[in-house]
Amino acid sequence: MTDATFSGDAPKASGLLEADARTRRRNASERRFRMYGLAAIGAGMFFLVVLLTAIVSNGIGAFQQTFIEVPVYLDPAKLDKNGGRDPAQLAKVSTFGYTPLIQTGLYQQVRDAGIETGYEDARDMKALISASAAAQVRDFAIANPDRIGDTVTFRILASSRVDGYLKGRVSRDSIAQDKNIDAGHLELVDALREDGALRKRFNWDFILGADASESRAEQAGLGVSMLGSLFMMLVVLFLALPIGVATSIYLEEFAPTNWMTDFIEVNISNLAAVPSIVFGILGLAVFIQFIHLPQSAPIVGGLTLTLMTLPTIVISTRAALKAVPPSIRDAALGVGASKMQSVFHHVLPLAMPGILTGTIIGLAQALGETAPLLLIGMVGYIATNYPDGVISGFLSPNSAMPAQIYEWAKRADPAYYERAWGGIIVLLVFLLIMNVIAVILRRKFERRW
Amino acid sequence: MQSVKLTASVLAIAAVSASAAAARDNVQVAGSSTVLPYASIVAEAFGENFDFPTPVVESGGSSAGLKRFCEGVGETTIDIANASRAIREKEVKACADAGVTDIIEVRIGYDGIVFASQKDGPAFTAFEPADWFNAIGAKVLVDGELVDNSYATWAEFNADLPEVEIATFIPGTKHGTREVFEEKVLLQGCEDTGAMEAMIDSGMSEDDAEDACMAVRTDGKSVDIDGDYTETLARIDSNANGVGVFGLAFYENNTDTLKVATMSGVEPTTESIAEGEYPVSRPLFFYIKKAHIGVIPGLKEYAEFFVSDEIAGPDGPLANYGLVSDPELADTQNMVSEEETMGSNM
Repeated sequence: MTDATFSGDAPKASGLLEADARTRRRNASERRFRMYGLAAIGAGMFFLVVLLTAIVSNGIGAFQQTFIEVPVYLDPAKLDKNGGRDPAQLAKVSTFGYTPLIQTGLYQQVRDAGIETGYEDARDMKALISASAAAQVRDFAIANPDRIGDTVTFRILASSRVDGYLKGRVSRDSIAQDKNIDAGHLELVDALREDGALRKRFNWDFILGADASESRAEQAGLGVSMLGSLFMMLVVLFLALPIGVATSIYLEEFAPTNWMTDFIEVNISNLAAVPSIVFGILGLAVFIQFIHLPQSAPIVGGLTLTLMTLPTIVISTRAALKAVPPSIRDAALGVGASKMQSVFHHVLPLAMPGILTGTIIGLAQALGETAPLLLIGMVGYIATNYPDGVISGFLSPNSAMPAQIYEWAKRADPAYYERAWGGIIVLLVFLLIMNVIAVILRRKFERRW
Repeated sequence: MQSVKLTASVLAIAAVSASAAAARDNVQVAGSSTVLPYASIVAEAFGENFDFPTPVVESGGSSAGLKRFCEGVGETTIDIANASRAIREKEVKACADAGVTDIIEVRIGYDGIVFASQKDGPAFTAFEPADWFNAIGAKVLVDGELVDNSYATWAEFNADLPEVEIATFIPGTKHGTREVFEEKVLLQGCEDTGAMEAMIDSGMSEDDAEDACMAVRTDGKSVDIDGDYTETLARIDSNANGVGVFGLAFYENNTDTLKVATMSGVEPTTESIAEGEYPVSRPLFFYIKKAHIGVIPGLKEYAEFFVSDEIAGPDGPLANYGLVSDPELADTQNMVSEEETMGSNM
C-alpha cells in the first residue's frame, strides 16, 4: 500500500494498519485501565514498604539490649549472717539486700578503672542498673551457696534509660527533667563503654523471657506469651479441625438438600463475618461465668478462638471437597465401595491439601487476634510465669503474643514502645512461617484434573 | 478415623482440665489502670522474693475491677480489686448481695494529677482551677451573667495564658481520674469564678449547681479520652496547642516530650503532693476479699509485702516510679496484718 491510497479520500480508513477513532478510544481505555491496575498495585506496594520499614526501624532495637559486666562481692556478713550456707536461711535476704552489693560492685569497678565521676556514693549507680539485677544475683547466691564470700562477675542488664541512650532514644536534652538519671550518668556510660564493661548484645531474653513490670522495660520478653499463644493454638487445632472437617464432610457429602441444610449453610457464612469481639463476650459468658473455667487461661482463649476459626475451616474444607471431581466418587462407588469408604479412602485424601491450607490460614488469623482476649482477662501484667507442664500450660493464667504487644504499647516508659514494635516483628515472622507452610503444602500435594 | 482419635484426645484434655481447675495457686488482681503499674512492680518483686507464683494483674478501670470483685466468693473470682478512688456505698451493697461481706480496704499512697502540654508548644506554665473551668465548663460566668461557654482561646479569660485555641484532653468518665479532676479542678474553679454562687442565686439547689459546675462543654474543645495516658500523649503529640491530663508517674516517664504546668502556683512533685501543697491528688487503694485469705496461697503475704516499708515507703520502688508514699503507712501495715475489715473500724 502506498500513501496515495490513504491520503486523499479515505479519512475514515479502517484498515489493519491504521486504527479508526473508535478502536483508538477502546485501546486507550484499555491502556488507562492497565495504568489504574498498576497504580493500585504500586500504591499497595508503597504502603507495604512503608509499613515494613516503620516496623523494622522501630522494632529492630528491641532485639539488642545493653548489658554491664559487674564484679559483685557476695558479702557473707550481709547475705548469710549465721554462716550456715543453708539455702532456706539465704532466701530470707530479699532482693533489697542484694541491691547495695551490686551498686557497690559497679562503683568499685568505676573507681578501679580510673573513671572520673562526680559521684561520691555507691547509691548514685542506681540509675545505671536494672532493678532485675538484684533477683539475678540472689538466684545465683541461693543456687550456689558455696560461692558466697567470692567476687563473682555478673552480666547484668543496664536500666532502660541507659539502653535508650545507646540506641539514640535518650539524649542529654531529653533527660533534663528526668529525676531518675542525669547527664553525669551518661558521661559515665560513655566511659564504661570505652572501658568495654558496658555494651549492646543480642538479647535472647526478649524472645524467650517473661513479661516485666512497668519499671523494668529492659527485662521484658515475649517468651511466656508465646507459650500462651502456642497452647491456645493447640486447643484451636484439636477442636476446630475435627469439628470443622466433620461438619464439612457431612454437609458436602451426606446431607440431604432441604431448608434445614440451607439454613445451616447461611449461618456458617454469616458466622465468618461476625466481629471477633463478639466471640470474646460469648467466651466470657459461657466459658468463664457459666462453665467456671479459670480466668485468663489459654484454654478459655483457645475455646473462644475455636468458635472464631470454625467458619473459616468449614468454608475452606467444603471448597476443597467440592474441587474433587465427581468421577472419583462414582468410580469408588462403582467398584463397590460404601459411601463412607469412598469419602474416607478417596475424596478426603485428595482434599487434604486444601483443608490443611484453610486450617493454617485460620490458625494464623487466630494467632493474630487480640480483641476477644481483652474480655477474658488475657491482657495485663500476666505472662510472668513459665507454665510447669502441659496441664498448667492450658490452665494457669497467661497472655498471648498480640495481647502482650497491645499491653506494651499502653505502658508509660518509652522503652516499651520499642518492645511493642519488636513484638510485632516476631509475630509477623510466625505468621509468615505459617503462610509459607500453607503454600508449600499446597504446592506439594495439589492435584489438578 | 484420624478425627475420631483427635476428638478422643480433646475429651481427655477437657476431663483433666475440669479436675485441675479446682486448684488456683496464684493471686488474681484486677482494676484501675492507674494502680496497674504499681501493682505490677509489687507482683514482680513478690514473685522474686517468695515461693509463691507471681500474681496476675489485669487492668480495665476501677469500676470494672470492683464490679468483678463483687461477683462473689470463690476461686473463679478475683482476690483483689485495685481502685483509684474509694469504694462506693452502692458497690459495698452489691458486694454484700453477692456474698462478699468482709472487705479489707488498703490505702497504698497518693497519686498526683498533672496538666501537661507539648514541650516545645505554647507556654502553658501556670494554671488555676478557674482557668480550667472557664476553658471547658459547660456554662460560665461572663460579666455577671451565666452563659453557654463560647471561649475559643485561653487568653480570652486569662491574659497570662497563650492566645491559642482551647484543646484539652481529659480522662473519660470510666476513669477514676475523671472524678478527681471534676471535684478538685472544675468544682473549685466554679466556686472561684463565682459561677456556683450565680447558679444558686438563680434558683438551683446546691446539688444541682455542683452537677452543673462539673458539666463539660460538648462543642469539641474538650475531648474525653477513654483509653490510657499513651492515647492522651499521642493526641498532644499531634496537636501543638493541646493540653492533657496525666498521672504524675506517667509524666515523669515522659519528661522528654511533655512539660508540666503548675496548679495554683505549686509545681507537682512527690514532695509537694506528700505535703498536701499541690491541690490535685487522690489516694489509691486496693481491696482484699477476706474470705480468700488462707484459701488462695500468698494472698496475705502479697498484701503485707505491698504495704511494707521496703516497697511502699518513701525510698521504695513505688515512690521511685511516681507514687507519693502515705505518711500513715505504719497504720496500714497494722491493719493488713490484723485483717481489719471495712465495717470493723468505721
